Amino acid sequence: MQAVVRYLKSLMLMELFRGMALTWRFGVAPKPTLNYPEEKTPKSPRYRGLHALRRYPNGEERCIACKLCEAVCPALAITIESHNRDDNTRRTTRYDIDLFKCIYCGFCEESCPVDSIVLTDIGEYHMESNSEKVVDKQQLLAIGDRFEQSIAANRARDARYR
Amino acid sequence: MIDQLLTLLWTMAKILMIIFPVTIAVAYYTYFERKVLGYMHARRGPNRIGPLGLLQPFADVVKMLFKELIVPTNASKFLFLLAPLLSLGPALAAWAVVPFDDWLVLADIDAGLLLILALTSMGVYGILLGGWASNSKYALLGGLRAAAQTVSYEIAMGFALVGVIVLAGTLNLTAIVEAQAGNVFTWYWLPLLPLFVIYFVSGVAETNRAPFDVAEGESEIVAGFHVEYSGAGFAVFFLAEYANMILISALASLLFMGGWLSPFAGIPVVGDTLLGEGGVHWFLLKTAFFCFLFLWFRATFPRYRYDQIMRLGWKVFIPITIVWIMVAGVFRVMGWFGA
Repeated sequence: MQAVVRYLKSLMLMELFRGMALTWRFGVAPKPTLNYPEEKTPKSPRYRGLHALRRYPNGEERCIACKLCEAVCPALAITIESHNRDDNTRRTTRYDIDLFKCIYCGFCEESCPVDSIVLTDIGEYHMESNSEKVVDKQQLLAIGDRFEQSIAANRARDARYR
Repeated sequence: MIDQLLTLLWTMAKILMIIFPVTIAVAYYTYFERKVLGYMHARRGPNRIGPLGLLQPFADVVKMLFKELIVPTNASKFLFLLAPLLSLGPALAAWAVVPFDDWLVLADIDAGLLLILALTSMGVYGILLGGWASNSKYALLGGLRAAAQTVSYEIAMGFALVGVIVLAGTLNLTAIVEAQAGNVFTWYWLPLLPLFVIYFVSGVAETNRAPFDVAEGESEIVAGFHVEYSGAGFAVFFLAEYANMILISALASLLFMGGWLSPFAGIPVVGDTLLGEGGVHWFLLKTAFFCFLFLWFRATFPRYRYDQIMRLGWKVFIPITIVWIMVAGVFRVMGWFGA
């Protein structure tokens, strides 16, 4: 008896219609995909993207060349050289980050006592030649100058969890 | 002399008027396929080129044509280049006898259905030759599978059409559609429901589409018969496959769904509007629906195993069609359906 029922069901293509009903439901369902360059997912203020060096509002660079970031960096991506300026404060002469070595762990930002080195929420950048993988102090400061507003805003949003 | 020349030119113009829309339809069918598959996979499908991605097919054509046409060293060069044309020719030639409306047909010949059956069977030679001439084991296997499959399902398909012929009493496609005149329930899908289903499933198998695409079988034999084809040769095979799919859909709507007849015919309110009157639009709508079914099947069903395909064709479809031809004969004799 069961065999007959199963035979009749297969003759009526019941399973096939159920499968087609399923794909139809998926076909008319709203799509979660974003049209990427036009639409983007919201980013956390803690997003760890491209690095930047920040300045104080008076234009003085924050970094005091304590080399904590260089020491904590698990990928050894940071290279720092320093000297004493005429006003007897210590500043970096060289601050290189190898973006290919960097694993974007954010330890440098956590270790920084003056909030100088930060990871911005910029996730869309590229290099066009191998030599561009190392960003130097001037480039990092330029990134910091350019995106200071969003960097500060993200730090402010995250401040109460720090 | 001038008269003959004019007739020739006029016929050529009419041929172009059919082939050009068919080619455009094929182009947009590929776009539609990617959209439908995308939506059923919970994706968006192509939407980058032009508004809603509508220019995608043309970008694809340009890409295909600029690709290198590689002929394998050990291939039989003449047959290798001939095969795509052999598969495209019949796919387009069959459109000559397809009536789009009761007056809109290129060749209104008496044995139209027979011609279509003959031409669609010709298409497999292109696939077979392409598979053989490539001199590649995958292509050869794909060609063999396509041949076996097409031969098996040709029989079921032919028997399914015998049912239509029994009821309509003619082989002329225009006359077959006119014999269905009335309303939705006098179309042949109802008395010939099993044959209708078998015809369409066989049509899917004939065109080597999912779930019967063992001839392509990308998981086992890469791309089957057209594995060695690139650029324009591949594009022509592609064109032929989709032209065949549209042809099968058009035939399904002509033979079983009343072609250009309106499903609302006979209802007084809509009687003389576009809805109630038959016309090209109904034919195109029905064809588009069957074209959509092809894609829906592809999005839904996993591929049949080779022996299952053979079993379905020989041990299920052919017995059912033979039984239902008898039933159709009874319908005809009792005068319930048909002329």
